[in-house]
Amino acid sequence: MHGTARAWLGAVVLLAALPWIPGLHSDSARSLLTQMGIAAVFALSYNLLLGETGLLSFGHAVYFGLGGYASIHFLRAINAGLAIPVPFVPLAGALAGLAFGIVFGALITRRGGTVFALITLGLGEWVHASSLMLPSFFGGEEGVTASRTRAPHLVGLDLGSQLQVYYVTAFWLLVSALAMHAFMRTPVGRLANAVRDNPERVEFIGYNPQRIRFIMFSASAAFAGLAGGLHAINYEIVAAEALSATRSGAVLLMVYIGGVHHFAGAILGAVAITWLQVSLSDYTTAWLLYLGLLFMGIVAFVPGGLAGLAMIHLAALRTRSLGTIARSYLIALPFALIASLGVVTLIEIAYRRATQPEAGTSMRLFWIPMDTAKPWPWIVAAALAAAGSFALVRAWPRIAAAWAQAGEEMHARA
Amino acid sequence: MKEIVAFSLLNGAVYGLLLFMLSSGLTLIFSLMGVLNFAHASLFMLGAYFSWQVSRWVGFWPALVVAPLLCGLIGAAIERWGLRRVHAKGHVAEILFTFGLAYVIGELVIMAWGRNPIENHVPAAIDFAAFRLFGTSYPFYKVLMMAISVAMFAFLYFAFKRTRLGLIIQAALTHPQMVSALGHDVPWLFVLVFAVGSALAGLAGVIGGFALLTEPNMAANLGPIVFVVVVVGGLGSIPGAFLASMLIGLLQTFAVAIDYSWYDLFAALGLHVSRDSMLREVWQVKLSQAAPILPYVLLVLMLVVRPRGFMGTRET
Amino acid sequence: MHAPDAATTPRALELSGVHKRFGQTEIIRGVSLDVPRGERHAIIGPNGAGKSTLFNLMSGRLAPTTGTIRLDGEDITARRPFRIARRGLSRSFQVTNVFPRMTVRENVRCSVLWSLGYRYSFWRSLERLRDANERTDETLERIGLAARRGALAGVLTYAEQRALEIGITIAGGARVILLDEPTAGMSRPETEAVVRLIRSVSEGRTLVMVEHDMSVVFELADRISVLVYGEIVASDTPARIRANEAVRAAYLGGGDA
Repeated sequence: MHGTARAWLGAVVLLAALPWIPGLHSDSARSLLTQMGIAAVFALSYNLLLGETGLLSFGHAVYFGLGGYASIHFLRAINAGLAIPVPFVPLAGALAGLAFGIVFGALITRRGGTVFALITLGLGEWVHASSLMLPSFFGGEEGVTASRTRAPHLVGLDLGSQLQVYYVTAFWLLVSALAMHAFMRTPVGRLANAVRDNPERVEFIGYNPQRIRFIMFSASAAFAGLAGGLHAINYEIVAAEALSATRSGAVLLMVYIGGVHHFAGAILGAVAITWLQVSLSDYTTAWLLYLGLLFMGIVAFVPGGLAGLAMIHLAALRTRSLGTIARSYLIALPFALIASLGVVTLIEIAYRRATQPEAGTSMRLFWIPMDTAKPWPWIVAAALAAAGSFALVRAWPRIAAAWAQAGEEMHARA
Repeated sequence: MKEIVAFSLLNGAVYGLLLFMLSSGLTLIFSLMGVLNFAHASLFMLGAYFSWQVSRWVGFWPALVVAPLLCGLIGAAIERWGLRRVHAKGHVAEILFTFGLAYVIGELVIMAWGRNPIENHVPAAIDFAAFRLFGTSYPFYKVLMMAISVAMFAFLYFAFKRTRLGLIIQAALTHPQMVSALGHDVPWLFVLVFAVGSALAGLAGVIGGFALLTEPNMAANLGPIVFVVVVVGGLGSIPGAFLASMLIGLLQTFAVAIDYSWYDLFAALGLHVSRDSMLREVWQVKLSQAAPILPYVLLVLMLVVRPRGFMGTRET
Repeated sequence: MHAPDAATTPRALELSGVHKRFGQTEIIRGVSLDVPRGERHAIIGPNGAGKSTLFNLMSGRLAPTTGTIRLDGEDITARRPFRIARRGLSRSFQVTNVFPRMTVRENVRCSVLWSLGYRYSFWRSLERLRDANERTDETLERIGLAARRGALAGVLTYAEQRALEIGITIAGGARVILLDEPTAGMSRPETEAVVRLIRSVSEGRTLVMVEHDMSVVFELADRISVLVYGEIVASDTPARIRANEAVRAAYLGGGDA
């Protein structure tokens, strides 16, 4: 317990100090941190379903979005005179999320597995499509706006600066994470894990797995709604994209890439994917393709996600088996780099040709000027990709053997 | 009025059969491998794009054969080199793999053909009127769509109920080790089934590409509806998929033609609902506006009334 | 000896005319069985006789086509497994059916929760539930897995998993315990350990056991029922079963499975 308390304290310190680190001073950097915080709450809520209860949902953005809309309307009421400080607004989102979670959850948690996943997909599409039909609540195409500054101030917080918005977000992130962490250590939380592992056996120890799924679903929806509330405060606008399948897909990617087996995996994934979304899209229009490929790679090769990968390497470090693995990486690294270079080049020049014909055929990639109309960039890229991949495939057994050896060493020394 | 009904019936049937072409391939793969292929609609999209591209090079009739073939090969490759690694990791991993694949295929399509819709016009070879009804002509290509769909149903039925291979595949689903012990190559069977399912999706894409807009969002637009069909029809049942496809196809097509809202219904029933009521936005939605969400309404209704779908056989 | 008088003690488990049909095939063809409270009852029979099906019917995994099943006089026919479990009947599985990604301790702890009245609580921390943790530790000691409490259930050895399987079954303090082939696949010393465990955990409880290992059956059972093709052909004390000609011919004579 002492160790966990220290970890949480460390998290508080980290969150408090982040916006002051050199390089993260600017408003845009702090805005990015805020976005990461919002995504982290959303991702943690999603992991309650996927990682803890084994429920795959393709429509979780519904609760995020509805929570966001409820919050923005609440904010408008505050703008109109309701005497509640803005930092309390996410609670409205949480309440809305909970309410819809209970209503929809009662219906859809009757089924599990694949059918549940498809139903969440259908429900998500329904809510998203309906949002355009009911403009008074959803604001139509332009969404609903409000102001976060025209409100009573809580201990001097006027939320005019991005820094203050960040701290409100960080606060709610901490509260949510603590709450969810504690929640998983209660009877229902543990039983949710049991339902994930073996829903049938759960019945034979006296519990109704459906009821457990329902409770987890409602809780997850509540926290998703809270994230939606933070979203409303940060952007001062909520539009239909908050409910979209794209956003549902994004949180799924975040949580899975981050790692479903560890609590912190969701946070890791949220941070990584938000960063990719914001910064990678500056460099390339193909970032969604890279994200998709990364996701597929994780599903096929690293099901524990980034967190799982980190844990394995940490275990290797503790048992001093890291050296064996590191050496094999060194061999594979140059080949991986060459292959990546080739593949990325091919993708980039193809994208340029297909999606930005008006930008002309000459471009700079990795500081090398090239003309997409000429054959040589294509040929060179294809050759690099092929050669690198071929070499990587040949080197792979080496890495696998190194891992196997390290595994034995870890077992022996653990 | 008769005209609207007649044409809605025909168009609804065409759309329903298109949905069936897609959902049958999906059901095939699901009921025989337990994998829900999220990238199925993406292969449909690839069929449309391939057909357009091949038509530009050699004409429509070869494209009708080549495009589905290409999709079948891609499907085989997906199973052989991609999905096969993931089978051991469970159904969630399989769905997620195909989910990621859908993203990737969508982006690859953009990479090859751009973000804008392509001019996928009905080729001259099939662009003529099949017959005239109430003074308006009905296009031949839609009749062709129907014919191909029906032929597909017949093929599937025959292939799985009446051939030895079909029997083996059915057995391989529930008892793969036994079937393997009897000397059959189960992994290869899976590749075959995936290939056939994908080819069917591609075939649907060739024809569907004319009826719908051929653009990178095609898969994302049609995908969810196909999944609704599969759940409503009952996971794992091809006859169920047929029923659900036709129902949804007809429902949506008829709905689009009906410009009445709840208020009109209330009036017809003699109920007085105020124009200022809180829910007026809900009441004033016309059926034609609500057409896109009808499949999902049906899904939820089905869940309440009969959770296993029309003819559900499998619970995952 | 552990042999209560069948005539006067109340019935812990009572099956009356139970049939189970799957499509055209009838697996259980009219089984009637009376297990008095506190008895250790073994069900034996050749493979395919329907022993697992019978267990599934008793524990609610399957519903009988006709017939009734009573637990301590209460009708539990076709009820959901969790309702039957709550009334005090618990079963183990022939194929190990644990929670692989949870620790051994968590596996057992989840099994004690309902019987201690915790229901669907999400406001109490598990670590603070003194009675749950004590009961868990007790059970872990009994099944001999106290040293492995922190290991993930999925990485246990076969024998350890079988012990955990029994642990999950008895942790909730059920009055009637059904054990499905508890010693399957075990070596001699492992089997003897499990027999000792079964004997200790079934003190004061009713035990119904499916077993193929005849030495285990004869060592533990107060009464034995022989199930052949979905019907009980004999139900008697071990000595009389051993002497029964028909049973010998059908089952015992050919050696155990």
